Amino acid sequence: MSDMIVPSFDDESSSGRKLAIICSKGNLDMAYPGLILANAALGEGIETHLFFTFWGFDIINKETMGHLKFTFVGNTSMHMPGSSMGIHHMLGALPGATAASTKMMKKMISDLDVPDVPEFLDLLHGSGAHMWACRMSADMMKLEEKDLYEGVEAIISATDFIELTDGAQLLFI
Amino acid sequence: MPTMNLLGRDIDVDAEGFLTNPQQWDADLAKALAANIGIDLTDAHWTAINFLRKDFETQHETATLRRVSTVGGIPVKELFALFPTKPAKKMAYVAGLQKPKGCV
Repeated sequence: MSDMIVPSFDDESSSGRKLAIICSKGNLDMAYPGLILANAALGEGIETHLFFTFWGFDIINKETMGHLKFTFVGNTSMHMPGSSMGIHHMLGALPGATAASTKMMKKMISDLDVPDVPEFLDLLHGSGAHMWACRMSADMMKLEEKDLYEGVEAIISATDFIELTDGAQLLFI
Repeated sequence: MPTMNLLGRDIDVDAEGFLTNPQQWDADLAKALAANIGIDLTDAHWTAINFLRKDFETQHETATLRRVSTVGGIPVKELFALFPTKPAKKMAYVAGLQKPKGCV
């Protein structure tokens, strides 16, 4: 018999830890890394901020968030996940190629029981994520808060975001 | 593998303290485990714990937070309120199961 072993859930080293993730890409395969890492951080009790900027705006734009795409064009990893068979990226430029590869990747994601982008945002929102939209991107794309996912707290400037994430670890995706 | 004594019983646990044998778990033990991490179990906690146990019987792995929410029907926000800061791990611990392995 040994002493009581209790997990240290509120380990002091993790309290006060803060993570900031800048999501700057709107491709389906570039949206997921940020969402998955944010979810993992929230599950560990880490204060998590996401800043959506430039094409990353497509992740929180109500019009586009459910329709992100995956393309072979300009992708140096020219194969589907789980297959080593190379595909010349010029083939990705053929009509229908992006739709087909997007459909395939969405199926792979859902087969892993990972939610689609809108539901993923709900999961993050429910877990207490702080989501922010970039002021300059909103102005460029002529979008307002009403056009964005409800969980987005505000449209803020880059300076605001830097102030908010004082002391945070930062990821640029 | 370490063994620890709780409620006069020998319990097999891993290095962190999570039960490694789900058969050694019962409701009394759940209360003791919850007390270890400062949680006083209410009916709402039990709804989550019972789902985790039932789900484990068929899935043979610990449900992730998302699964407790989508399949078990308990909103994620409520899970964070019931088991603060690290709900997935805390629920698994009290339910006598291993930490969830899934990413999401």
